Amino acid sequence: MCETAYGKLERIYLGGEAEVRIYENVVEKIRKPKRYRHPKLDEILRRSRTKTEAKIISLARRNGVPTPVVLDVEGDKIVMERIRGKPVKEVMSTEISEKIGRYVARMHKAGIIHGDVTPMNMILSGDKIYFVDFGLAFIEDRVEPKGVDLHVYFESLKASFDNWEELKEAFLRGYRSEYERADEVIKRAEEIELRGRYVERRMT
Amino acid sequence: MKALGIEGTAWNLSVAVVDEEDVIAMFSDPYIPKEGGIHPREASQHHSERIGSLIKKIFSVVPIDEIDVIAFSQGPGLGPCLRVVATVARFLSLKFEKPLVGVNHCLAHVEVGRWKTKAKRPVTLYVSGGNSQVIARRGNRYRVFGETLDIGIGNALDKLARHMGLSHPGGPKIERLAREGKEYYELPYVVKGMDFSFSGLVTSAQRLYDSGVRREDVAFSFQETAFAMLVEVTERALAYLDLDEVLLVGGVGANERLQEMLRIMCEDRGAKFYAPPRELMGDNGAMIAYTGLLMYRHGYVTPLEESYAKPDFRIESVEVLWD
Repeated sequence: MCETAYGKLERIYLGGEAEVRIYENVVEKIRKPKRYRHPKLDEILRRSRTKTEAKIISLARRNGVPTPVVLDVEGDKIVMERIRGKPVKEVMSTEISEKIGRYVARMHKAGIIHGDVTPMNMILSGDKIYFVDFGLAFIEDRVEPKGVDLHVYFESLKASFDNWEELKEAFLRGYRSEYERADEVIKRAEEIELRGRYVERRMT
Repeated sequence: MKALGIEGTAWNLSVAVVDEEDVIAMFSDPYIPKEGGIHPREASQHHSERIGSLIKKIFSVVPIDEIDVIAFSQGPGLGPCLRVVATVARFLSLKFEKPLVGVNHCLAHVEVGRWKTKAKRPVTLYVSGGNSQVIARRGNRYRVFGETLDIGIGNALDKLARHMGLSHPGGPKIERLAREGKEYYELPYVVKGMDFSFSGLVTSAQRLYDSGVRREDVAFSFQETAFAMLVEVTERALAYLDLDEVLLVGGVGANERLQEMLRIMCEDRGAKFYAPPRELMGDNGAMIAYTGLLMYRHGYVTPLEESYAKPDFRIESVEVLWD
């Protein structure tokens, strides 16, 4: 493994969307070309996502959401501070879910749609939950995408934890406590779930 | 042990008999709309007119007394079609005194795929007219990790095809046109977390066509964009669940470009790509028969009063008691 100013390269994680290189001191996120998609589409997605992501990481941080400090951006690569801690997926609890609710509320207040609120994208460090992946985030102030954010989070809870109902309630507590338009968004999230064409109702 | 399976959730009416090893016989009689898309009432009329002769045919190959269980697709699907299938299944079950098993259509796609490809713990991409889902097992349930927020990819392809003057089913025609496409036009790429959406993409592609762009290039740009969304979410599920198998099922799974994209993604991640034979990829009776057999062997029997059609039947609601 190579030795650089970043310190030792410790791990490479092949995420769904990008390659994440974890060095002793920093994390590099590189959106490598995907051979499966058309080169033009690939280029558009990698560049726009990298630029937007760097911008939004900083914006979220300024609005009270723990995120790594962005150190450098070039082309399809973001260099950021390394957050040491435990993946939230492994330590999930109602306290953590409530805190996630607070942070998502702060993002939504600032017009940030995270786009992928799942425990996989968060690290617990000290008593803070760091959001380390804004790869699908965008800026928008409509209720709809905020509702989708909540919906995505609830779905990820359902998919990963047996006590998802409890975790969902905790999230809603946190979300409501920091966002005056919470009820509107929560209502929309419920509508989105019902819109999913296969919500069961009894038919004879 | 042998199971009879009846599938008829949408356009395809199909009956089959399977045992634990293989498909013994299968007969299908698809509904093909004269114009436009699938009309639920017409489809159900088609099903009720043709089901009798299909059953007769299958019993001429495998006599009813050799059959141990009657399986039928209980949902999700078009209500009127489901009711025809459920009624026939109930009748056969009562008349010949055979146990009845209602099968979830999505589960059947996954299980027949695993049966025929030997995939063990795959992330399944299920793509058809009405359904587009990324499914994986967690404990005793299958979970949907991502799905369309509006229409299925098959419907999206059909809508675009109809707009460009192509008849139903549009998918294969779009695929053929796309092979001749050269120029990629940017279209809305919508992935939200694990979910995706196609309706905005369809509208933009239709506008692109209206603006005078060649059909071939519209088809090409549409496929490249829509399939990239599906492959991206499948890859995200692989990463999230730390799995290394991908199974492609559903009628749109026959698309060679989609298969190619998934195969490349898998190669680059060191994952294995599986797809069942073409005749078991789209809706078919064998998948219902096989899954019904599997369920019956693990203690499932559907009592008469619970054999009603379930147009919104979710895969998550079935407890999976087998490996």
